[in-house]
Amino acid sequence: MLLKLLFRNAFRHKLRAGLTICGICVAILAFGLLRTVVSAWYAGVDASSSTRLVTRNAISLIFPLPLSYKDKIRGVEGVKMVSLGNWFGGIYIEEKNFFANFAVDSKTYLDLYPEFVIPPEQKLSFLKDRKGCVVGRKLAKRFGWKPGDTIVLRGTIFPGNWEFILRAVYKGKNKTIDESQFFFHWDYLNETMKKVQPRRADQVGFYIIGTSSPDIAASTSKSVDSLFKNSFAETLTETEKAFQMSFIALSQTILMVIQLVSLVVIVIILAVVANTMAMSVRERMNEYAVFKTLGFGGFYLSILILGESLLITAIGCAIGIIATFPAADAFARAVGDFFPIFNISSRTIYLDMLAALIVGVVAAIFPIWRAVTVPIASGLGRVG
Amino acid sequence: MAPIIEIKDLTKSYRRGNQSIVVLENISLNIEYGDFLALMGPSGSGKSTLLNLIAGLDKADSGSIKVGGIDISLLSESMLAKWRSENVGFIFQFYNLVPVLTAFENVELPLILTGLSKKERKEHVTTALNLVNLEDRMDHYPGQLSGGQQQRVAIARAVVTDPTMIVADEPTGDLDRASAEEVLRLMERLSGDIGKTIIMVTHDPRAAKKANNMKYLEKGVLANAPEASFSECL
Repeated sequence: MLLKLLFRNAFRHKLRAGLTICGICVAILAFGLLRTVVSAWYAGVDASSSTRLVTRNAISLIFPLPLSYKDKIRGVEGVKMVSLGNWFGGIYIEEKNFFANFAVDSKTYLDLYPEFVIPPEQKLSFLKDRKGCVVGRKLAKRFGWKPGDTIVLRGTIFPGNWEFILRAVYKGKNKTIDESQFFFHWDYLNETMKKVQPRRADQVGFYIIGTSSPDIAASTSKSVDSLFKNSFAETLTETEKAFQMSFIALSQTILMVIQLVSLVVIVIILAVVANTMAMSVRERMNEYAVFKTLGFGGFYLSILILGESLLITAIGCAIGIIATFPAADAFARAVGDFFPIFNISSRTIYLDMLAALIVGVVAAIFPIWRAVTVPIASGLGRVG
Repeated sequence: MAPIIEIKDLTKSYRRGNQSIVVLENISLNIEYGDFLALMGPSGSGKSTLLNLIAGLDKADSGSIKVGGIDISLLSESMLAKWRSENVGFIFQFYNLVPVLTAFENVELPLILTGLSKKERKEHVTTALNLVNLEDRMDHYPGQLSGGQQQRVAIARAVVTDPTMIVADEPTGDLDRASAEEVLRLMERLSGDIGKTIIMVTHDPRAAKKANNMKYLEKGVLANAPEASFSECL
């Protein structure tokens, strides 16, 4: 009976309830999208392995390291495998077709990144073809590429038109893996550079180190960097996570603003729901006085008011969460170049629910206090 | 037999800004079992305040009110709420039904606190609605009922828990003459046939005439009724 009353009370003013639900829905949608943008920013960090280290030039990532470091790094205790790569920065047809493309030491790189899942025959085909390349499933879909297709990238860092044969398409082991990258053989790049710009040959952008355990990451990093101390190219070795975080640190202020805006959205909707509840309770003060007259205590009134507030926020939240998925899809299509991983995480959904719960509870506190504490005689409006 | 309600030296005042306004002053009054008492007096004389105090809706500044031997002025808020739910039926001037509940659900409302099963509640509600001749309107919402019918639903709600007494504040104040007559006949039946103790605040001499006892309040004290209204009633 009280549950029935709670539902009927919630929709007594259909327009007001509808508009409030609409407001909550939009707020949850905005909150969810903003949280997803933040998550997308951290996608690289989330996908990082705790057993992988990245070694780069200590001055800056744009300065290369000698190829000769590879064997020295391999000799450090705790290092299981070493791979290397260069940011290629190639453009496909025109600049708006941006995607990440790397020249990597293919065999070791793919061994270090088991999260890139490639069919064995395609992997073999890629490894055998010096001009072969492997691309992520999303990227292949974006440009309609199929294995065997020829892809030409215009080099920006490494000038010229570079021709590749698509040999393999990888898919991510889970949803956090970026499926829009492009890899090709570092040997192809290096051999070409030996011919056209010999002084830029045997130069590596970064080394990826596979360690036997996350526990030795700090000591291994230290050992690697100490190897090249006082050399002409000192190194900075850090975990893959820290390496990814260094990119995010550049946009930390933007991220903070986005997070702040997402909180402001929740505060605004809190004010809207609180206003709705305050209006509803004020209008029904006489009814609550009747309830108290009949013997219903503060507990029952609290259940009625809190329940109504939670019901309205829950409906708004549910619709908002459902609407977030198509909205995120549309958003991802629009900005896919910048956010290759744009998934609504379960954490975002939980945060949506938590925000709605907090809004529902906080919005009900003052109206409950008013309804419970107002003297019955005042509530009934018949003092005299 | 001891009276059902014993009021002794009851005083109540309200604060308005810095001023303290005495609404009731040293009221002493006994009400017998089965009495149908009409409380009359001009506006602001304190009759509703006295009714509130008797029904446990408000607390007196001093004095005592014993109902069925229980001094309700000593009860805490929660104990008072429980006591009200078990002992008092309320009838208001403006019916005070919950508009989103049907007549049946409105009458069922006080029974939620009793721990009765759904089936038992249904039996009680049906009996109460039969008593006020509204069993055919049990699925109607208050907005679909006339004023008189709404007040009869309110009467059914007041009696459904079989309370010790019924308090009514201007029960006919918002009704046309025919509906008021019907409501008063019902109250007469509740008092005469079922033996309920009824305390009714009213301005209406015709309503007071139905009561078997009348008290007159003026400026917060019990007084003799003006000759005209008194003779009109009795």
